[in-house]
Amino acid sequence: MSMEYRSIQKISGPLIFVEGVSGVGYYELVEIRDGEGNLRKGRVLEINRNIAVVEVFEGTTGLSTTSTTVRFLGRPLTIPLSTEMLGRIFNGIGEPIDGGPPPITEDYRDVNGLPMNPYSRDYPTKFIQTGVSAIDGMNTLVRGQKLPLFSGSGLPHNLLATQIARQATIVGEEEGFAVIFVAMGIKHDEAAFFKKSFEESGVLKNAALFLNLADDPPVERLVTPRCALTLAEYLAFEQDMHILVILTDMTNYAEALREISAAREEVPSRKGYPGYMYSDLASIYERAGRIRGRKGSITQMPVLTMPNDDITHPIPDLTGYITEGQIVLDRDLHRRGIYPPINVLPSLSRLMKDGIGKGKTREDHGPVASQLYAAYARAQELRMLSTIIGEEGLTERDRLYLRFGDAFEKRFISQSVNENRSLEITLNIAWELLSIFPDSELTRIPERIIKLYKRS
Amino acid sequence: MLRAVGRIIKISGPVVQAEGALGFEMHELAMVGNEELIGEVVRIEGDIITVQVYEDTTGLKLGEPVKGSGMPLAVELGPGLVNNIFDGIQRPLTVIRDITGDFVKRGVKATALPRDKKWHFTPLKKIGDYARPGEFLGKVQETPLIEHRILVPPNREGRVEFIAEEGCYTVEDVIAKLSFEGRTYELKMYHRWPVRRPRPYIERYEPSEPLITGQRIIDMLFPVAKGGAVAIPGGFGTGKTITSHQLAAWSDANVIIYIGCGERGNEMTEVLISFPELKDPRTGRPLMERTILIANTSNMPVAAREASIYTGVTIAEYFRDMGYNVAIMADSTSRWAEALREIAGRLEEMPAEEGYPSYLASRLGEFYERAGRVKTLSGLYGSVTLIGAVSPPGGDFSEPVTVHTKRFVRAFWALDSALASMRHYPAINWLISYSEYVDYVEKWWNERTNGRWKGMRLKALEILKKEDELKEIIRLVGVESLPEEEKLILETARLLREGFLQQNAYDPIDTYSSPEKQFKLLDAILKFHEIALRSISKGIITSKIASLPSIADLVRARMNIPNEKIEDIDAIIERIESEIKSLGGA
Repeated sequence: MSMEYRSIQKISGPLIFVEGVSGVGYYELVEIRDGEGNLRKGRVLEINRNIAVVEVFEGTTGLSTTSTTVRFLGRPLTIPLSTEMLGRIFNGIGEPIDGGPPPITEDYRDVNGLPMNPYSRDYPTKFIQTGVSAIDGMNTLVRGQKLPLFSGSGLPHNLLATQIARQATIVGEEEGFAVIFVAMGIKHDEAAFFKKSFEESGVLKNAALFLNLADDPPVERLVTPRCALTLAEYLAFEQDMHILVILTDMTNYAEALREISAAREEVPSRKGYPGYMYSDLASIYERAGRIRGRKGSITQMPVLTMPNDDITHPIPDLTGYITEGQIVLDRDLHRRGIYPPINVLPSLSRLMKDGIGKGKTREDHGPVASQLYAAYARAQELRMLSTIIGEEGLTERDRLYLRFGDAFEKRFISQSVNENRSLEITLNIAWELLSIFPDSELTRIPERIIKLYKRS
Repeated sequence: MLRAVGRIIKISGPVVQAEGALGFEMHELAMVGNEELIGEVVRIEGDIITVQVYEDTTGLKLGEPVKGSGMPLAVELGPGLVNNIFDGIQRPLTVIRDITGDFVKRGVKATALPRDKKWHFTPLKKIGDYARPGEFLGKVQETPLIEHRILVPPNREGRVEFIAEEGCYTVEDVIAKLSFEGRTYELKMYHRWPVRRPRPYIERYEPSEPLITGQRIIDMLFPVAKGGAVAIPGGFGTGKTITSHQLAAWSDANVIIYIGCGERGNEMTEVLISFPELKDPRTGRPLMERTILIANTSNMPVAAREASIYTGVTIAEYFRDMGYNVAIMADSTSRWAEALREIAGRLEEMPAEEGYPSYLASRLGEFYERAGRVKTLSGLYGSVTLIGAVSPPGGDFSEPVTVHTKRFVRAFWALDSALASMRHYPAINWLISYSEYVDYVEKWWNERTNGRWKGMRLKALEILKKEDELKEIIRLVGVESLPEEEKLILETARLLREGFLQQNAYDPIDTYSSPEKQFKLLDAILKFHEIALRSISKGIITSKIASLPSIADLVRARMNIPNEKIEDIDAIIERIESEIKSLGGA
């Protein structure tokens, strides 16, 4: 059927340049056979006159301009899909690597997906209880949201991600829930940790794992999340399931993107990352959501390690502009032994307001969260002040805030890895903490609600 | 009338080159490939044209044709625009959904205006009248809020030979014939206009009336005039989108155009779900009846993001030409600039700062200059107010898009991540924001406030500025060593921040403050300051005053007292006065 080309003109990093092609389509799937007869896969990145630029997922090691042949398959990269993929482990391009047989295919889909019509979207409003106070109480996750964990090297983001995967429920609706775990460039032992923790908690039978590890080729990393999200879309929108997708680590993904861009000699924007990184990341993150008239949902929790803990670095920065909030882990809290070390001040859940309140969680949820924010922000400000002028320089009122700040970190933020707090418990702790203030300080809470919930 | 045809020789993302393409014009609309994807010619070199394609180019092949259309990228202007949602090149997303389902596929052909819908047309011209460019031929009640005036296209005029009788017509029906210099021109209820060409007007005027947004910090401290241009820069999470939504919901413009440019899909959904529910405070009608949405979300094709801004502003000018005040929210102009950068990169143009093309500033300038208050061709006043959100990388206001935008806007509402992390919303930083429209709108406000608006505004800003300076001192010596007058400044500033500047978009009462309530609230806080200052001079200490029970009522007044009952604010201030008296002062 399709022509086999022996005309590789140039090999550069992960790219090969094939000469003399005709009828090749943009983003088409490519099959590359090396000198020993092994097959690799690739994708057309650019076509210029009769030269096609192809990125090779498995890397170009061992390819040559003489003995390698190339075939263009006339279709984009697709992945076979099936509900049987739950409970299985795949490599970065969706091939099973757990020794089991290939799942029986129910459908094939282009891994790039299609943009969801904004008019078809349904607005996420269902509260997901993660059992973590700092999230449920102050940065509530809702079904169909994309909420990343912004972390740093050495911080316990993996632990927190597994805790959330294990505990996440919608109270009263425990059915049809599955986890898709996507590893991009993470270490073997990290992957093993996730596997083990999913096994122990019984999540694994309802989970599909896509693993592209640190020593796997970086180009493949660009496809891994797309394969996983294609499965997620199939399960959510064809099979009515609620899917939580954990993507880790997006920093490695972005590095791979930069690597390819540099190999293509593109004009870089900030820090050498390509100008289209925003659009590229969006094509992953925007695949979260719900659709009107369909039951399922895709909730995304990407994990990224901020290079040098810098939240203004292009990777967290562009992510934050696309995702619906962020949960920020903090090295200082971690050093002080607080788990989970979530710094609530830079954290945010944009969809929280629509998932909480009367009829959804509790009517005091919103005002209490707002008051906790205001009080903790004030406490942090005063902490800084008191290190300079000493506590004696503060007013009586200010000292209340300092006391609140400490209690808030120790009692509200801090909890154990296995502690699954109901929202009720989370809010009750919050009221206990707020009760050290006189009512007149609680200006973010209506008097009626103070009367109903505050214990003195 | 298809004209030139070329063959594709290069494909790189949204950029396609074709050769053998003689006869194309710059910025001509082109149909690319067998699926006839929509694109626009952006470069011509000999017989090679470069086209930016507004749809995903996956699967496009070398050798496929690129056809010219003989006309530039244009929008359709006529009944059917309001209460609708379009993509970046004005295809209705509702129609796309009917054709391709819940996911947007390529190559969809959809006209912007519904062809089968009948509108009730009332003529305003008679046979024998002379119809000049931009005059009203007739009108259509498009929604209960919008009377859509059917315009003579700006490039047409003539003696009316025929005008349709009052009745129901589709946009394709001929509703008038004009004869001009021996030729007859048929007119329909819609016409096309190229998006990159500003629509003509007779004269520009200085802005004079504020755009009332119902947002206190904006209307009272940093107002924007109808016909003005504003930038809202802010890092992620500082509330650009919520602020834009609030402005779209509550501004007293006749028509609102909301452009979601490279932003989240759920944000458009939120508008789509909430606007039909929210009521316009002036008319009581659903807000959607005056709103037009343009959505190019971040995962939709990048080139159409560039077009979406122009599509929006051209529709705005069209409603301006009917004599309306139009406000546009563009969220976010940075994504538009990045789309320019991406295309420029693929065209291998020489980059200027941070990879942006050197013409970034001139494009921004051209865009913001389309704002303005004008005398329309039909002799009425109309205005376009442009409010552009800017998303500076890392929240750094010294980056190219923010810096260049500042050159072309006259009000700047800087969102601050420190305020946002305290959940002080809207997180507009009062120390670095500014508005050059204060002098233009002063007369309007002073007429309604016994001439006190400007003075109060300055007083409030002065207290806030002073607070900032005092905070520096406190950092060195602590609060206790400040004199009582300065402690009072801190307390009044707190009241200003918590009771006036903060505004909760999700509180049913607080979300919109009428100008009268805004004035009353600010007046009350400043009055408190005066009363407290007098009692301090008689020896009362600030901490006593600060712990009076009615102070919390003043802070909560923004949420507790609706726009219809603002006299209750007087009662609070009276209570505070008597409480202070009972301390032995005043």
